[in-house]
Amino acid sequence: MGSLKIENVKKSFGPVDVLKGIDLDVKDGEFVVFVGPSGCGKSTLLRIIAGLEDATSGNVLIDDARVTNAPPSKRGIAMVFQTYALYPHLTVRDNMALGLKQAGTPTAEIDKRIAASSAMLSLEPYLKRRPAELSGGQRQRVAIGRALVREPKLFLFDEPLSNLDAALRVNTRLEIAQLHNRLKATMVYVTHDQVEAMTLADRIVVLNAGRIEQVGAPMELYNKPANLFVAGFIGSPKMNFIEGARLGETVKTVGVRPEHISVSQTEGAWKGTVVHAEHLGADTNVFLETEKAGLITIRLFGEYQTGPGATLYATPEPARTYRFGEDGKVLG
Amino acid sequence: MSKAASSLPRTIGAHAVLLTYTAIALFPVTVIVVNSFKSRNAIFRSPLSLPTSETFDLIGYTTVMAQGDFFLYFQNSLIVTVASLFFVLLFGAMAAFALSEYRFKGNTMMGLYLALGIMIPIRLGTVAILQLMVASGLVNTLTALILVYTAQGLPLAVFILSEFMKQVSDDLKNAGRIDGLSEYRIFFRLVLPLVRPAMATVAVFTMIPIWNDLWFPLILAPSEATKTVTLGAQVFIGQFVTNWNAVLAALSLAILPVLILYFFFSRQLIRGITSGAVK
Ligand SMILES: Nc1ncnc2c1ncn2[C@@H]1O[C@H](COP(=O)(O)OP(=O)(O)O)[C@@H](O)[C@H]1O
Ligand SMILES: [Mg+2]
Repeated sequence: MGSLKIENVKKSFGPVDVLKGIDLDVKDGEFVVFVGPSGCGKSTLLRIIAGLEDATSGNVLIDDARVTNAPPSKRGIAMVFQTYALYPHLTVRDNMALGLKQAGTPTAEIDKRIAASSAMLSLEPYLKRRPAELSGGQRQRVAIGRALVREPKLFLFDEPLSNLDAALRVNTRLEIAQLHNRLKATMVYVTHDQVEAMTLADRIVVLNAGRIEQVGAPMELYNKPANLFVAGFIGSPKMNFIEGARLGETVKTVGVRPEHISVSQTEGAWKGTVVHAEHLGADTNVFLETEKAGLITIRLFGEYQTGPGATLYATPEPARTYRFGEDGKVLG
Repeated sequence: MSKAASSLPRTIGAHAVLLTYTAIALFPVTVIVVNSFKSRNAIFRSPLSLPTSETFDLIGYTTVMAQGDFFLYFQNSLIVTVASLFFVLLFGAMAAFALSEYRFKGNTMMGLYLALGIMIPIRLGTVAILQLMVASGLVNTLTALILVYTAQGLPLAVFILSEFMKQVSDDLKNAGRIDGLSEYRIFFRLVLPLVRPAMATVAVFTMIPIWNDLWFPLILAPSEATKTVTLGAQVFIGQFVTNWNAVLAALSLAILPVLILYFFFSRQLIRGITSGAVK
């Protein structure tokens, strides 16, 4: 009840190729996140799945049925937008009810579903209000509620947390994760934020410039990035990339994550001077200008007393050092 | 408002400029209204003075009421203006929605073509229009005027409204599509209410030239039954003698309906004009 298959989907806007051949299988009940930099075509792909945009070529199958010619309302999907997109002239209740009314659902059934989903999202006190009378977080919960009542085969989220402030984002992220656990529904979620992707996804699809760079579980991408792009995109702070030649290696690029470098005040592989240190409490990020490897970032757990000008020695963990070839693909 | 913008000299300066402009703009209107309440001699002797107990005279208004069927002229003007306005707004908004919402071949060319009418005065086509109306038997009907004014108002309406409609959130329209709303309902229920200020702006800019027009009523519908107010007022302007009292009274009366319509739209209008600048 809710699998999705994308077969060689391409999309061009005039001469611009936005999607250059996307293939993907999403299993029933899976939470898949599309992640990638702005403008890489994530929203376009999601809109093609929803039927809001026609693919230039390729097929979309929902539950093994080709939906290429079905309008959005007949595809068994629901979508949550970044800008909430609530109907400004309708109350919260009518916002949720509209889609069901259009589909000819009996009133009793509509009432039941609204009651259930507004209880799930604690929206009961707001049912009679209009969107203008709600805060950003509440509006996004209404938008999620509007998707819930449709009981779709497939939930589509397009950057639903981007317009919320940081604290609310964490809360709403948790609510979406709980919702997925409870409903066991198939969800496709678009974001440019790798933290959201890592925390929510069963499987992450990394997109770049209209192509899939890698598909995998969050820890797979973290531990076994297929190429430079994925290695640099997943993980925060970003992986350090050092020219192989500087380290006397034959490969093009050597990569090591900030958290896989240890420091010492007396000895180590790379000697350097601290440029800046960020003290975050749980972590300390040290920016070290080394002679051998250039400017690198080091993430130390807990508090670490150091400051600009101090001399430190950094040593990368050999087992967690990645090597990339000329084409950017990981070696070995 | 920031402190700098509300400093005293600047406020005074701004108000002085605005007041001067208001005075200049209102001057002719005031002269018309004031003189319509004066006797003929007083109008010529001292056109700028207010009516006094000696010079006060309602002769203009009584002439207007007595002569010609002014009530009918008013009715004609109102029918023509309101009907044209309705069609301009309806078709203008629909065309603007199509241009801003759907990608099709020649979209940009079509937009330019529709906007061309802003630059080319419709009066250039008067002869052809007259021939067309004669051929279709529409001379001396209000329908002829309504058709011409609708054509005249559409270019500006399409141009302004399509700019505004581009700003309506795509997500909102897409949410409607996912909920199964038809394109018509998306247009009428979601998009139109959001561009209401722009509609009011277009309404005012469309309405005033139609109400004031003398050209087309004179050429297409000069019969007694289809005269508009501006045309009706012309009976008092003779080749040798002009009944100024009646002309001024008729013009003063003609201001009223537009004024009422304007108040009706003005709140929305101000929002429409400033919405680009003030978020
Ligand atoms: N309607 C459109 N017309 C032309 N180009 C578009 C249109 N929609 C999106 N694009 C282009 O497609 C690319 C991908 O857009 P989008 O899918 O919105 O990116 P993302 O959601 O990953 O940030 C962008 O370069 C954008 O300019
Ligand atoms: Mg996007």
